[in-house]
Amino acid sequence: MTRLKVKIGKIKLKNPVMAASGTFGYAKEFEELVHLGEIGAIITKTITLNPRQGNFMPRICETSAGMLNAIGLQNEGIDDFIKEKMPYLSKIGSPIIVSMSGNNIDEFFILARRLDKVKNISGIELNISCPNIKSKGLVAQDAKETYEVVKAVRKVTNKTIITKLSPNVTDIVEIAESAESAGSDAVSLVNTFLGMAIDIDTRKSKLSNITGGLSGPCIKPIAVRMVYEVSKNINIPVIGIGGIMNSDDAIEFMLAGAAAIQVGTANFIEPGICGKIVKGIEAYLKKHKIEKIEDIVGNLKI
Amino acid sequence: MKDIKAKILSNKKVSHAYYNMSLDAPYIARAAKPGQFVQIKCSDSMEPLLRRPFSIHRLKAKGSRLEGIEILYEVVGKGTKSLSKKREGEFLDVMGPLGSGFSLHRPLSLEPRAIIIAGGIGAAPLVYLAEELKKNKIKTIVLIGAKTKGFILCEKDFKKVTSEVYVSTDDGTYGCKGFVSKLFRKILKTTESKFETVVYVCGPAGMLRCIADICRERNFECQESMEEKMACGIGACLGCVVETKSGNKLVCKDGPVFDAKELIW
Repeated sequence: MTRLKVKIGKIKLKNPVMAASGTFGYAKEFEELVHLGEIGAIITKTITLNPRQGNFMPRICETSAGMLNAIGLQNEGIDDFIKEKMPYLSKIGSPIIVSMSGNNIDEFFILARRLDKVKNISGIELNISCPNIKSKGLVAQDAKETYEVVKAVRKVTNKTIITKLSPNVTDIVEIAESAESAGSDAVSLVNTFLGMAIDIDTRKSKLSNITGGLSGPCIKPIAVRMVYEVSKNINIPVIGIGGIMNSDDAIEFMLAGAAAIQVGTANFIEPGICGKIVKGIEAYLKKHKIEKIEDIVGNLKI
Repeated sequence: MKDIKAKILSNKKVSHAYYNMSLDAPYIARAAKPGQFVQIKCSDSMEPLLRRPFSIHRLKAKGSRLEGIEILYEVVGKGTKSLSKKREGEFLDVMGPLGSGFSLHRPLSLEPRAIIIAGGIGAAPLVYLAEELKKNKIKTIVLIGAKTKGFILCEKDFKKVTSEVYVSTDDGTYGCKGFVSKLFRKILKTTESKFETVVYVCGPAGMLRCIADICRERNFECQESMEEKMACGIGACLGCVVETKSGNKLVCKDGPVFDAKELIW
């Protein structure tokens, strides 16, 4: 399996398949169903400084080949995370990347400073792109704010920083460049697309939050295009996310320029999907006589 | 819990939009408790995309060997429509058993009595429960509520377990006329109260609320099985929360069965 090894920042992964934030809980939820150690890296549900209740119900709704969610970053806060979740996560044997989000730069700074001191955390994913929290806009919708948040976090940690980008922007390349110049080790894209669905009988939105984040196979072509555009323009690794359901989808993202990928919505449907994708990628490399995974990254024929 | 490929042993229409499917799933049958559920992938395509939760209707045994489970479902949307078209011999991805389930045993000062209240398709998990209560020799009364005569579910199944089965229909076409909560009050008036009563309920939200209120008045323990749309079914997505006195709980993992006293309506 050595041909599947990849490196993102300082993190050495045994394969490029990661479980995406918000779709894998804190891994323990999957312990009876999945061999957790075979996943390239596990990205936790986003944590915040203080506990968050999340949004009212309904929080999810299925759409054509996808789903909308407006969970609202429900979590117990960083203290609970370090005390209650980390001991289990530390034992898994796969790199643990902690997704975190703040209401302002100070919160990002404090969270990063605390996580920096926690052993067994390999990296931090900056969730600056969750569409389901009430604020004027997302950090990831503003190049300057993105720069400032990444810069603040960079000051207090040497752990690998992955900046998770929003697709709800005019020019995602500009935001990716900001993250890179502020010292991010990698970018992951895309978070969910802002979407909406209405029950025509009740004339109500199918989500209490009115709008939500769209994920699943329906967003894949747009996500592939964004990965392609971003990876051409920056020099740090791009992690592809968006509707990956199988190894073919994963390889498509890698050909578009993703050095690694994250599996999100598919974890809900098939808990063992990450492991299956790893096997599928390996079979593809063998079939095409490709020695190492890097050789397909961005290797699109034009 | 496991995610298995289960062979469909049968998939038959019961009445109207109600279907019964039995699945070859010995592991799930052995591990299951009444009130637990399974997540089934109803289609191989991306439409519908997510699995659908179904409570375990009863266990299926061949002689003394547990062979699998039955689910009782109503065709209401894309997932159940797709499921209704599946044939015997086909395989489905079935994950389970999931969730907490009903609790049958507790220290009692008086003789125990169970009152099961089923509203519409809410009968599904309660047949399994009734069978387990019988095994535990607990006196059981069953109340079934339905919109109209043709929609009454599982009357025969419950009658195999207990002689005390009462039915109400909203339109009075069968049994007592009115909601099952009305029937519940009536039954309580006419039965002795020398028992320690536990009420087990599954049905529409309005009904759960009514029954919870009555149980509070009488100081009965009331275990309610909730229904909610789910994505993962294992506590990862946080899409199915219910507000309780001790904060947000997950219907899929902390539930689907909750102590009615804990719920905030």
